[in-house]
Amino acid sequence: MKLSAIASIIPVVLFTLAAIAVWHLVVIWFQLPPILLPSPAEVFRAAIAERSELARGAWVTGTAAVFGFVASVILGTLVAAVMSQSRLLRLALYPYVILLQTVPIVAIAPLLVIWSGYEYRTVVLVTLIISLFPIINSVTEGLMAIPQDRIDLFKLYGASRLQTLWRLRIPTAIRYLMLGCKTSCGLAVIGAIVAEFFVGNGGANYAGLGTLMTGWQTLGRTAPLIAALFASTMLGIMMFAAVQFISNTVLSRWMNHD
Amino acid sequence: MDAMITSIAPPPPNPSSLRCEKLVVRFGNSPPTIDHIDCEFEAAKITALVGPSGCGKTTLLRALAGLQTATEGRIEIDPPAVPQRGEVAFVFQQPTLLPWRTAIDNVRLPLQLGASPHDPDADSRAHDELRAMDLDRDAMLRYPRQLSGGMRMRVSLARALVTRPSVLLLDEPFAALDDMLRVKLGELLLARWARTKFTMVLVTHNIGEAAMLSHRVVVMRRGKLIASINNDLPWPRDENVRTSAEFGAFYRRVSRVIHEDRSA
Repeated sequence: MKLSAIASIIPVVLFTLAAIAVWHLVVIWFQLPPILLPSPAEVFRAAIAERSELARGAWVTGTAAVFGFVASVILGTLVAAVMSQSRLLRLALYPYVILLQTVPIVAIAPLLVIWSGYEYRTVVLVTLIISLFPIINSVTEGLMAIPQDRIDLFKLYGASRLQTLWRLRIPTAIRYLMLGCKTSCGLAVIGAIVAEFFVGNGGANYAGLGTLMTGWQTLGRTAPLIAALFASTMLGIMMFAAVQFISNTVLSRWMNHD
Repeated sequence: MDAMITSIAPPPPNPSSLRCEKLVVRFGNSPPTIDHIDCEFEAAKITALVGPSGCGKTTLLRALAGLQTATEGRIEIDPPAVPQRGEVAFVFQQPTLLPWRTAIDNVRLPLQLGASPHDPDADSRAHDELRAMDLDRDAMLRYPRQLSGGMRMRVSLARALVTRPSVLLLDEPFAALDDMLRVKLGELLLARWARTKFTMVLVTHNIGEAAMLSHRVVVMRRGKLIASINNDLPWPRDENVRTSAEFGAFYRRVSRVIHEDRSA
């Protein structure tokens, strides 16, 4: 690792250590009971004690989030490609796209559980729905934001609609897609956990982080609950880092336009 | 220079002439941007189109390229040249390169568009055109952001020429470049024109550039052609011509027409 890279992470490490210290002091000074706010050390001990449960939960939630997120990227790109082809289609479909954003996911999740069951697929479905809007919105914007002289260039050489889409609009939209992905990947983890709150209630063998959190909250076990919260945060960060990595490597030629 | 471009395909057999008859282009209810223009751009010759900003030069050029629909009148290309087959090429004021493609990939682009069959020689044609524009192999493999402004414009010129057009339309291609680069690119363009003798229409603000690169200078004002001046400066147009008395006299003549026009 380069020195500059190490230097860049020093502030965040220092801030984290300071936050943990403040947390610890608050627990001691105010003599807070562990059920209200356990100390960092207690959370750490709970994380070690429940490590296998947490690891399994993180795996289940993480894979559901990834599947739902990838599905949203594929579906969102296809919908955006269709919408970019005609103003009429955009007028017809866009209200439904906005609906995805405005309907609260906690209101849809119980309905999806009724339709799809207390299953892993329901979690993926909720994740897909919550991640979809930023993808459709960003990719549509990218597909439409083509400089006029590039459109003229393709028109001049008699490019077909498909050629213009494949060789001009989609490459231009990749940068916008990745911006949408950065928003969506965090939402995907949130969607998976919210869905697990409902799916876990079915008493099935489902063991995602959301299910674990519901169970520990019911039992008043705040320390592992906070450990699960950190695990879900880590999942979101890892997904964001993966999207960033893909942007900087595989897709870098489409990202640097200046 | 000749050695570098020997592999370029032979010239199109018949460079086309362009004729406008009572051409009108109007945007909405505003006065016409192109106002009943009758003119001919001779085959295998270079015509420079000059005039003040907003006089309709670019609109006329876009109409010739088929990028702008005429409100009235007609444009005749004889023998017919089809823009969609790359027979009419256009160089924009900005290089208009696709940033995710390397220089050589950008030049290859016109050969990948339209209904034309796959060209197995696309690579070598793109390579040859870039060499004709004095770009080396290293530069060919770079992305536009890694090239200077002058190099980007060379790539843009090579892309326009890779389809072996019979008509080349240029919209102030060197406007954003410094004087030395302007001269250099003008020389490269002339050298390339000399190989295949396509019909060329060059929009420019620069009278010196118009004088050095053209056979005829056409002056526009408020959507009309107000003067057509034959350019009898000797060929080749080198530094001797640029510093000659004839060049100065021609420069003043064109400048006077534009100046009189502005004071009118």
